[in-house]
Amino acid sequence: MRSAQGPRSVFASLLLLAIVLGFWQLVTFQKKAPLTGDAEYQAMVGAQKSGLPTPLQIAKTSWQHLRHPFHDGGANDKGIGIQLAFSVGRVLLGFALAMLIAIPLGFLVGTSPLLNRALNPYIQLLKPISPLAWMPLALYTIRDSSLSSIFVITICSIWPMLINTAHGVASVKREWLNVARTHEVYGLRLALQVVLPAAAPTILTGMRISMGIAWLVIVAAEMLVGGTGIGTFVWNEWNNLSLSNVVFALLLIGVVGMLLDLAFGSLTRLVSYQE
Amino acid sequence: MKEHDASSEGAPSVAAESAIEHLVEVAVLRSVFPVGTTRRELLRSLGAGAVLSSLSSVFPLGAAKALAVESTGPLEKKELAIGFVPITCATPIIMADPMGFYSREGLKVSLVKTAGWALIRDKLLNREYDASHMLSPMPLAISLGVGSRQDPTYVAAIENINGQAITLHVKHKDKRDPKQWKGMKFAVPFDYSMHNLLLRYYAAEHGLDPDRDIEIRVVPPPEMVANLRAGNIDGYLGPEPFNQRAVYEEVGFIHLLSKEIWDGHPCCAFGVREEFIKQNPNTFAALFRAIARATAFAHKEENRKQIAQAIAPANYLNQPVPVLEQVLTGRFADGLGQIRNVPGRADFDPFPWQSMAVWILTQLKRWGYVKGELDYRQVAEKVFLATEARKRMVDLGMSVPKENYARHTIMGKTFDPQQPEAYLSSFSLSGGADG
Repeated sequence: MRSAQGPRSVFASLLLLAIVLGFWQLVTFQKKAPLTGDAEYQAMVGAQKSGLPTPLQIAKTSWQHLRHPFHDGGANDKGIGIQLAFSVGRVLLGFALAMLIAIPLGFLVGTSPLLNRALNPYIQLLKPISPLAWMPLALYTIRDSSLSSIFVITICSIWPMLINTAHGVASVKREWLNVARTHEVYGLRLALQVVLPAAAPTILTGMRISMGIAWLVIVAAEMLVGGTGIGTFVWNEWNNLSLSNVVFALLLIGVVGMLLDLAFGSLTRLVSYQE
Repeated sequence: MKEHDASSEGAPSVAAESAIEHLVEVAVLRSVFPVGTTRRELLRSLGAGAVLSSLSSVFPLGAAKALAVESTGPLEKKELAIGFVPITCATPIIMADPMGFYSREGLKVSLVKTAGWALIRDKLLNREYDASHMLSPMPLAISLGVGSRQDPTYVAAIENINGQAITLHVKHKDKRDPKQWKGMKFAVPFDYSMHNLLLRYYAAEHGLDPDRDIEIRVVPPPEMVANLRAGNIDGYLGPEPFNQRAVYEEVGFIHLLSKEIWDGHPCCAFGVREEFIKQNPNTFAALFRAIARATAFAHKEENRKQIAQAIAPANYLNQPVPVLEQVLTGRFADGLGQIRNVPGRADFDPFPWQSMAVWILTQLKRWGYVKGELDYRQVAEKVFLATEARKRMVDLGMSVPKENYARHTIMGKTFDPQQPEAYLSSFSLSGGADG
């Protein structure tokens, strides 16, 4: 069954892609309008409009970028590989910081119903704040734009991890805890050997959601703050109204986001268990 | 004594310093007695010491020596980060890099492209930048603590004069009279910008209240064309190349050059915090020389095409060369089918006139950004370092104005910097921007 459907779905995917690309090419392809008026004036107003790019133009642009992914033409002209490395680095750093805060705190909140109720209003209040709204405050207090974007990643990654960890820890089966207690397993050992493995799938789901959000946010944060990163690249090409570069960057953002999600997906499978 | 490059690297020893002093003496002697034989005869008959001491009574030899030594002292800081917004106003700051004016002073400068003016302000105040391209009203506002935390910041030099324009969407081709602009939405790059002040002035002179009859919003310069195309705004008074770029994309036309509002108006400035100058006087002097040389280079008409080529790549402005060429040469398509020829459309002049600072302050007060009593001259003289700039420009052999104040003519109306309050009360339209 599976072997028969595999190639068929791949074929359907490719067909869909071909139809979309063909339609796109058809819509965006524009014949050169006949020149009117003064030749010098025509030259001054740009012979080639920077309208919507065709798939072919995007392919050409992509090739240009992918050919030299690590070229470094000065502080404001870096290859796409370098830009992506900056963005992924920021996300991982911010994410790691969020893990250090959210997972221990989630454990505490999950094990203590009192703490859970006490902290809940604040978590509910802070959770819906758009991470980018923190940026002006971060710039003013942290006084460093790169650290500010890492802070923004941290603050947006905390909530799903915190809530999921708390939920996972709180819903560890009573019986398992009771069994552990009869074996005189308490404290840190209980947390690490019983609660953590039991709650791991829920925690990892939270981390996966956090990573997804963090990757969404870094692009916006870098567009705002500039300097380096894939978001800066998008902003820079937007300034130049170069949409084929922007589309190329969008595709790349999608690919990297997908890879990050796949990585967490396989991690989740690794720790999941059958009851 | 035109250049001091050779000795600008490393710490000059005592011997080097006395050598410089000797050079200054010789230079002064040579300029007083240009004919070699006369000079030598005089020195022989009277003795060098006697000649010099009698000379020093009429010529401030000590000051000349101090200046020369000061500007060649060891650099306190060699690696600098300087911010810029990708617009043609930043030309001197940018061109000093490829022209080697920074490296000639022993400086290693990294130029950092920045997304907007609020970020420039924050990064300068956060000490991420040692100095920065700024809008000339910004250091005034920051020094006064308006729209920012207060931090003494100076205008070491003006970057560029003129070179801005009012661009309107092509659908407004028949609305050339500002009286027809009621209800339209305009963008300016920042509240504390010449763009905002000039647009307000222009609108008010045509009887439009800029706070009620039109809407003025802040849009970072690079995003102006995209917003104009999307129809979010009807027009803008923005920096180049984004006016010409709107023409290039056939989404806008140039309604008016800022030169036609005030010929010679300042636009962007080279801003430095007080703390940086105090801690790094020699580095600052070296930086000033690099910027002043680059400004003089950019001022020359014959260099403009070369500049357009140099600042176009992704590392700097990331713009098509033809757009930059039209901006810098002043021969451009206006978006209405005409080619206009306006030399001086964009120009570069480093001298920070304090009268310009007074004008900016009157307008900030006029529109309610600055409230209460204001000692115009005191603030202007503190923030616009005209005297220092003159001193250093003379060292470089550049011509400088004798005064720090001048009268300016804006839309046919004369501004007298000695009478700021009278000027302010001469306007029938003024308002309360939420400053």
